[in-house]
Amino acid sequence: MVKSLTCYFVLLLLCIGNLDAKQIHVGKNQAIKTIKAALVASGPRDTIMIHSGMYHEGNIEITQPLTIIGIDLPIIDGDRKFEVISIKSDSVTIKGLRVQHSGYATLDDPGGIKIYNGSHILIEENELFDNFFGIYILFGKKCHIKNNRIVAFGKTEDRIGNGIHAWKSDSLIIEGNDISGCRDGIYFEFVTHSLVWRNISYSNLRYGLHFMFSNNDSYITNIFKNNGAGVAVMFTKGVKMFNNTFIENWGDAAYGLLLKEISDSYIFNNKFIRNTSGIYMEGTNRITVEKNVFESNGWAMRIQASCMDNDVKLNNFIGNTFDIGTNGTLVLNNFDGNFWDKYEGYDLTRDGFGDVPYHPLSLFSVIVEQNPPAMLLYRSTMVSLLDKSEKVLPSLTPENFIDNKPRMRALPL
Amino acid sequence: MNKIVKFILLDILKNKIVVLYTLLLAVFSWSAFGMEDNSTKGILTLLNLILLTVPLIAILFSTIYIYNSSEFIELLLSQPIKRKKIWSSMFVGLITSFILAFTIGAGIPLLIYAPTNVGLMMFAIGIIISAVFVSLAFLSSILTRDKAKGIGIAVLLWMYFALLFDALVLFLTFQFGDYPIEKMMVGITATSPIDLARIMVLLHLDVSAMMGYTGAIFKDFFGTPLGLSIAFALLVLWIAIPYWISLRLFKTRDL
Repeated sequence: MVKSLTCYFVLLLLCIGNLDAKQIHVGKNQAIKTIKAALVASGPRDTIMIHSGMYHEGNIEITQPLTIIGIDLPIIDGDRKFEVISIKSDSVTIKGLRVQHSGYATLDDPGGIKIYNGSHILIEENELFDNFFGIYILFGKKCHIKNNRIVAFGKTEDRIGNGIHAWKSDSLIIEGNDISGCRDGIYFEFVTHSLVWRNISYSNLRYGLHFMFSNNDSYITNIFKNNGAGVAVMFTKGVKMFNNTFIENWGDAAYGLLLKEISDSYIFNNKFIRNTSGIYMEGTNRITVEKNVFESNGWAMRIQASCMDNDVKLNNFIGNTFDIGTNGTLVLNNFDGNFWDKYEGYDLTRDGFGDVPYHPLSLFSVIVEQNPPAMLLYRSTMVSLLDKSEKVLPSLTPENFIDNKPRMRALPL
Repeated sequence: MNKIVKFILLDILKNKIVVLYTLLLAVFSWSAFGMEDNSTKGILTLLNLILLTVPLIAILFSTIYIYNSSEFIELLLSQPIKRKKIWSSMFVGLITSFILAFTIGAGIPLLIYAPTNVGLMMFAIGIIISAVFVSLAFLSSILTRDKAKGIGIAVLLWMYFALLFDALVLFLTFQFGDYPIEKMMVGITATSPIDLARIMVLLHLDVSAMMGYTGAIFKDFFGTPLGLSIAFALLVLWIAIPYWISLRLFKTRDL
């Protein structure tokens, strides 16, 4: 009896301890007028409620676990001089703020919200407007960046930072953010075991998504549209990309998805629509590209000869100018079981697969690879004739570059 | 002038070849669009028609027609009618019949199945290409009095523009592949009406691929309103200049 009473008592004390966390209101009509004063008055695990208004307070540094919630989107302005909010503690929540006009400095990379060495940080439903870097995560762990809107107005790549920038972090969740006008929409370097989910990244100067040395991350249901150079992923293994959409990344050096030195990864159920190159692969090994849709791209896939053991299967290739482009004659990849709308074979066995193999590599795509200006002659009668004869008797294109089981009908994707 | 044009139009109609040509175009285009579920493939079939068949029929039929009308022309010349009037009436008559043939045969299915930018562009280009090759027929038939020679010139002209020119350009791009020839290529294409027409469709049809480095140069030129107007102006010149030369020759010719 005594024991259980003690138990209750301890529990009660714990509750009181929690109740002790107070709520501090900041605003024009509140007792505390500035955020900095509120930070001084607060203790660990307190909640600071910021009422709407304009706050010019230079750099706001959070050094203890706090919850900061904005009411009716208060504006925190960095006056283009300061890093606006610096988080130097674990377990911080920042919600519902509009953070704008951070400073510009190439040495310390000031961000709208920057996390230094923290874990369990939630940054939710904020609006980051015209900052150098939007949200910058340095040595973060288990941080959750959710439903933020990040807008910047970069003109040149060196004058603007990334929307969400993560460096040497682990177990991040980047979810439901809307990013535009930055250098890279989302940038990962040395970030592992993280999830990028339901983000929209568009009209960024360089890449919609860019990561390097970031192993075992997943990218699911994102939209990357109309970015300067599409999406680039480099020097990474264990990448999983599901259900993403890559649209309208136009330009000679723009790719729906650029894979450079990637291995052991899985690209599944994505859509590549109207890109100059849907997927560009270089030094890429042991990747499965499965059940994707390539539609109306200039080149659906460009696979350099440095790639091997990749498995491209069960994809739909529809209305692309060229299905495949490559720079060599070596073929170490598998292309079986795709649907190609340019396939002209027949299916006498009625098993749904064409009876003659399909050569996805057209002669003209080889010619253009060697000699880009020849593109001007595309669809001319001469070139069509050359292409047709090459299909019948491959001489310039590698003859083992084939789909042995081309589908007669598109997969329902 | 109206009377002569009317007479020529009726004569061509009686001839039935142009009617047959219209029917053929219609069969090809309706089936091209009807068989494929996406209109792009139909447009490609039609593009091949425009680049090969339309110029061939236009130039061949017109050349032969002009040669066969020599007696009719002589008859008209004995009347108090200006030579310019006779020649231009012939020109208007032939061009009108070919434009009508293309509009009815290919234009209608095109506008029904692909009422997009590409479709409209194809329509315009089909008409212009018809006119260009009728104009070239006037040139080839006035160059020589020998009918066989004249038809030979017409066929060679068609072969040159439809087939040889592209092969030549391809050869050139390989020979000068190491040099920055992109801008020169734009200039070279202006010397073939079929290529000009093809590139204008290409820029709409394969826009993603054309956004690559070289493509972008062409796109920057032909894709802008100014470039588009220049390209169309060039095509109109391709109609006007051969006809103008033929007219000058006809005026001074001792028939």
